[in-house]
Amino acid sequence: MASFTVNGKPVSVGADPKTPLLWVIRDVIGLTGTKYGCGAGFCGSCTVHIDGRAQHSCQVQISAAEGANIVTIEGLSPDSSHPLQKAWITEAVPQCGYCQSGQIMKAAELLASNPKPTRNQIITHMDGNICRCGTYNRIIAAIQRAAREG
Amino acid sequence: MTATLKAPALTRRGVLTGIGGMIFSFAFGTDGTRILPAAPAATGPIPLSPWVRIMPDGSITILTVTEMGQGSGTSIPLMIAEEMDANWDKVVPEWAPSQPELYGWPDRSGQRVMTITGSRAVMMYWDDLRTAGAQVRKVLIANAAEHWGVDPATLKTEPSVVVDPKSSRRLGYGEIAAFGKVPPTLPSIDKSELKTRKDFRLIGRSVPRRDLPLKVNGTAQYSIDVRLPGMVYATSLHSPVHGNSPESWNDAAIKVMPGVLATVKLPNGLGVVAETFPQAMAARRALRVKWSKNKVDGLDSEKALENYATIHADPSAAVKIVDARGDVKAAFAGAAKVYKAEYRSDYTYHAQMEPLNAVARFNDAGDKVEVWDGSQDLGRSRDLIARTLKLKPDQVDVHQCYLGGGFGRRSLADYAVEAALLAWEAKRPVKLVWTREEDLAHGMFRPMTFQCLEASIDASGKVIGWNHCAVGDDGGVGLVSSGMRTSSYYALPNQHLELRNVDQGIRIKHWRAVAHNFNLFAIESMVDEMAADQGVDQVEFRLQRMSITPKARRCVETVAEMSDWTAKRPEGRVLGFAMSERSGSLGACVVEASLDRRVGVIRVHKVWVAADGGIIVQPEASKANVESGIVYGLSSALHERVTVRDGMVEQSNFDDYSVMRMSDMPEEMHVSFIDSDGHPTGLGEISNPAMAPAIASAFRRLTGKRLYHMPFTRDRVLAALKA
Repeated sequence: MASFTVNGKPVSVGADPKTPLLWVIRDVIGLTGTKYGCGAGFCGSCTVHIDGRAQHSCQVQISAAEGANIVTIEGLSPDSSHPLQKAWITEAVPQCGYCQSGQIMKAAELLASNPKPTRNQIITHMDGNICRCGTYNRIIAAIQRAAREG
Repeated sequence: MTATLKAPALTRRGVLTGIGGMIFSFAFGTDGTRILPAAPAATGPIPLSPWVRIMPDGSITILTVTEMGQGSGTSIPLMIAEEMDANWDKVVPEWAPSQPELYGWPDRSGQRVMTITGSRAVMMYWDDLRTAGAQVRKVLIANAAEHWGVDPATLKTEPSVVVDPKSSRRLGYGEIAAFGKVPPTLPSIDKSELKTRKDFRLIGRSVPRRDLPLKVNGTAQYSIDVRLPGMVYATSLHSPVHGNSPESWNDAAIKVMPGVLATVKLPNGLGVVAETFPQAMAARRALRVKWSKNKVDGLDSEKALENYATIHADPSAAVKIVDARGDVKAAFAGAAKVYKAEYRSDYTYHAQMEPLNAVARFNDAGDKVEVWDGSQDLGRSRDLIARTLKLKPDQVDVHQCYLGGGFGRRSLADYAVEAALLAWEAKRPVKLVWTREEDLAHGMFRPMTFQCLEASIDASGKVIGWNHCAVGDDGGVGLVSSGMRTSSYYALPNQHLELRNVDQGIRIKHWRAVAHNFNLFAIESMVDEMAADQGVDQVEFRLQRMSITPKARRCVETVAEMSDWTAKRPEGRVLGFAMSERSGSLGACVVEASLDRRVGVIRVHKVWVAADGGIIVQPEASKANVESGIVYGLSSALHERVTVRDGMVEQSNFDDYSVMRMSDMPEEMHVSFIDSDGHPTGLGEISNPAMAPAIASAFRRLTGKRLYHMPFTRDRVLAALKA
């Protein structure tokens, strides 16, 4: 049994302790905004916050999440009001949209520690997240907008 | 692990009975739009959905098709809303059902299809949907006229309101829906009754895409997100050598693994069904399979590509003439100068971010299956599932979901067929997800090619002869030969275009802009080579020497102005130019690039694209589409490469199949559309084919050397520098 909180709610899961957190979030808890992209930590689609740090949930076993405070895209704000979510719409970032939960969660980690990142800091921070539609420049613009407008 | 299950919250069609309002269940026939009879609509095997449903509260539901980020999910209902003069804020898009007969566009044979490929959704639905919208508007006006006892010809509409200018009376569309009647035959619409550009309220304006808000909070539903009561999970393993099927495997050992419910033999692989997806994945890893053999066993793609040049040189090889015009022999015999060059390209993988997956559920009687699929071709998904499971098409209902990327891969539902087969065998609803490794190894690739181009120039310096031979696996559907024709941009007088087909047995498929990618690389590189040799600027050479068409000329002149073509660039940077053509559109492209000679890395700093796509329905979404194409094209030009060794794909995931990342991006991308009254044409694939030749052109200007094999990997760049 592994116990942690997801978006503020306590959760106990009786799955194999080695089960990747991603599948518990998606299939047991039912929060499907966190996506499976590569299963190997190469693409960032599964990014969630674990105790405030952006992590690849496909690479974290639930046993390692014991007692952790986990936040998914569904918990980033109650009503899509996080500055990044608003900026993502204003800059019309998403195309297919599949990677964008992971992109937003990764960007939220950056702004939490660096409210006014430079373009190069954004690129360095975000480079592990793949967007196959190639929306990267709009992602940069949206992060800059969120940093500006708060 | 006990799953908390809930039914998927699908924004799908409403039940027809008892919802009130006005329902326009029209279908498109060859004789124009017709109303479907009411009775079958309510009682048929699958309830027919209305294209347009107006409710007394004023809300308007309009059907839509495949949304994979290109914006069609918004632009399809937008075209109807424009002509019916609907208040866009009141429009709710709903997925169209998997019935191409009713919801498709007419292909060349006149058959209705729901194929959303080639960035052609708006192009193909443009006439039908605008006519349908105008018909709905006419019916609403007729109802208001009857209600007021006035001549319908005296009435006008404003967004979602019929107005009587004489009396200033107004009736909202919702108010009319409360009493209105839909006639058995919709009124005919003459083309002259459709709006012109100056009347558009929605088309050509920047209307936000409807899917955006759902894609910033995790609520957009992809097929991988569908959850059904009692659903179990599956994954599949296919032969690492394409074309083989399983002969025997360690079935007993797999079936006793934790959570495993079933193993199922599939058309070219094995499926494992388990209580959870991690359990299914563990079972897949433990599978030990003896596979059958076929000609792909032992294939080495690099060696095979070397042989393509031999096939090109072989006078006895089978040749398919793609196009022939003028007298090519004479154009070469009497030429002032002749040019010849060879180009090569490798296999590439779609790498859509959502691995292939589908959810399937049979009814209790076992005579009807529902499938949830993020499909680029709902009708073809339905038919392929029906054919494989020996069902009739009306026993298969495919529910559209958002696509986590398509790029041509999701117009063939081999994975959805597997989900249906697994659900049948497991007697449970099944969610099948291919692992990323499976998605790549069992991918369907853009074919590798060899191309030989010959061109001749007359005494005045004009290009008069053109001979293009492409060698590769055409797949019977133009996977190599499409995109060879230049006549929409270079109307050269004497041309010979031929295909020499090679069936390697490797799974191949349409890949964003298909054969235009490598064909335009070869064509535009040849033009660049001639311009350089003739000592003429690349842009000028195209304008003066290539029999350029007026539409292409506008694109070239526009992009030259946008990029300030003749201006000096920062130290170490040069511009490269290339034309592009795809799905009825033309484009011209300039890149600003630099080169790190020590490591062989080309960097693209800025990109400019001018495109003519006719009337632009959604300018913002179209711009985003072209930007996306730029990045996809840069990725293909600089990084992407699938190789086959010992019959097996060598790459396995995003660590060894490289795609563009944020750090690879150009700092600037500028997109401009030519002002046009023309029929809308596809824009999502106009920019990617231009990237490789534009980069090769810049490389030549930087180094005096040429790149002949895409992608331009470090090794190839370093080798070219030494050449």
